[in-house]
Amino acid sequence: MATVTLKDIRKSYGDVEIIKGVSLQIEDREFCVFVGPSGCGKSTLLRMIGGLEEITGGDLMLDGQLINDVPPSDRGLAMVFQTYALYPHMTVADNMGFSLRLAGVPKAERRAKVDEAARILHLGPLLARKPKDLSGGQRQRVAIGRAIVRKPKVFLFDEPLSNLDAALRVQMRIELSRLHEELAATMIYVTHDQVEAMTLADKIVVLQAGVVEQAGSPLELYHHPRNLFVAGFIGSPKMNFLPVTVAATDEAGATVQLPGGGTVAVPVQPGRVKAGDAVTLGVRPEHLRPADAGDLAGEVMVVERLGGETFLYTQVAGSDMIVVQADGEIPTRVHDRIAVRLDPATCHLFDAQGLAVERAHRHPLADMGRPTMARKAS
Amino acid sequence: MSSTARDKLVLTIVGWLAAFLIFFPILWMVVTSFKTEIDAIATPPKLAFSPTVENYAAVRERADYVHFALNSIVISVGATLLAILISVPGAYAMAFFPKKHTKDVLMWMLSTKMMPAVGVLVPIYLIAKNIGAIDTRWGLTAVYTLMNLPIVIWMLYTFFKEVPKDILEAGRMDGAKPKQEVWMLLMPLSLPGIASTALLSIILCWNEAFWSLNLTVSNAAPLTTFIASFSAPEGLFWAKLSAASTVAIAPILIFGWLSQRQLVRGLTFGAVK
Repeated sequence: MATVTLKDIRKSYGDVEIIKGVSLQIEDREFCVFVGPSGCGKSTLLRMIGGLEEITGGDLMLDGQLINDVPPSDRGLAMVFQTYALYPHMTVADNMGFSLRLAGVPKAERRAKVDEAARILHLGPLLARKPKDLSGGQRQRVAIGRAIVRKPKVFLFDEPLSNLDAALRVQMRIELSRLHEELAATMIYVTHDQVEAMTLADKIVVLQAGVVEQAGSPLELYHHPRNLFVAGFIGSPKMNFLPVTVAATDEAGATVQLPGGGTVAVPVQPGRVKAGDAVTLGVRPEHLRPADAGDLAGEVMVVERLGGETFLYTQVAGSDMIVVQADGEIPTRVHDRIAVRLDPATCHLFDAQGLAVERAHRHPLADMGRPTMARKAS
Repeated sequence: MSSTARDKLVLTIVGWLAAFLIFFPILWMVVTSFKTEIDAIATPPKLAFSPTVENYAAVRERADYVHFALNSIVISVGATLLAILISVPGAYAMAFFPKKHTKDVLMWMLSTKMMPAVGVLVPIYLIAKNIGAIDTRWGLTAVYTLMNLPIVIWMLYTFFKEVPKDILEAGRMDGAKPKQEVWMLLMPLSLPGIASTALLSIILCWNEAFWSLNLTVSNAAPLTTFIASFSAPEGLFWAKLSAASTVAIAPILIFGWLSQRQLVRGLTFGAVK
């Protein structure tokens, strides 16, 4: 059992407040990802949980015990650093066994535990090497191995994959997922990469400027973003935003006036907006379809062909450029005029303050935990 | 000849000239130590002379070199070890847990080196006398430790700053207490820096003359006092003085020569980055 509870956690450097009251519950065996742009405080928050940064205010609890003032060496957590932070003067085996050595574990037992971790991470042949003789990916695995060996209550990852090349990053991501299942441990992971967040997390915590914008399952954030920031941050390419006006409202939702004259009836909870309100319509590139005749029309300015899919950057009159995800086979060229069809069920509305207008129907997958976790927990 | 090649030649000549200029006094001293007293004070200086080792014999006869050398070794090494022992925790705290006034504290430490030693001669002498530290090895060791502390702390601080913070933090997460963090991670990682600091400190102690002349008589007198004893009231004996100086500086010269790579690396560490 290892739950982590944050109650109104704050951090200030002098007069500058970096973390502005974060409250959060991280469940046992949960994979929780802190995501946000650079400088949003996600790493600081992780380091506060680890004990590497002092907590200015609020309560940090591990399994219900207040640990604000417990030194990092006594918290029983393990951390994987972005720079790996291996001990350069020790071999891989010594790096991995260091925590056990500090804990006074006998040599034979230490050896066995290091071998076990090396087996899980396929590090066996490298145990006698020094960190400088390893590749980036291998160093990363040693850093993870060092964390595994001591069977910590919680694993903390501080952007562990950001120094790896793209192919290796995908491979390590998969390995981390597998590892999470195998170890059945609570993990807290910091990244600025929303794809990493989406693929790894049971729970994503989106941070901006020291404030939690939203916390929830990946698909909850994807389908029910609470505000414009979360809507724009989760998903790639990012959600398109169009400034529109509400034409009419009824029990089924709100009908908005599109740039170019058309209308679309968005199914949202009634009562939040009224006719005449200036709102923002959000629609993801993957939910837009080029069509012969559609709700929006514009000129294609840039075509990005990825093979399997094509992104059309389209200038719509009265709006910013919007991105349309089309089929890889689409023959559209730059400066072609295209029409785009909207599916009302995939549209989001945001009020003038940038807060989401709650959608009429909850997405069926939004509250689904990871199937593997459900099995483990039962 | 291309201009870059000419520049290189000029620089080479200037470099050799500078090196020769710096080395010349030592060379002259060594040469003089092999002259007779008459030849030694001849004007113009005699370059052609028949070398003699009589000065060395005289030096050996007059004073117990080994006694002084042993004092020098014990005091220099002792003061250096002590200074490092005190400075490591201090520099660790300042390098990795800087507070608002850390820089000021460092500057203040350095500022103590800006005062001439003679400024505190009377108080230090009186304290040493009252606690019975005059002409004792431990007394001089204590003074040398204090004398070098600012430089040692500064150097260690600079070296420690070069050690990635992440590595120590990883150690902390692995369960290392501050003492283990310093002993098992910081010290091994900054060993080259600690070694150059120790080397410099030993050299500074070895060559120190002001305090050794004022605080020792014979028991604890190091080699600098040994040299000074040859400029006796009877008059200056240049050749014998040179011979004494040569044997006094020989150990540290050889020591410095052997460790020059370490020293240069240490003194220029962090300068290019």
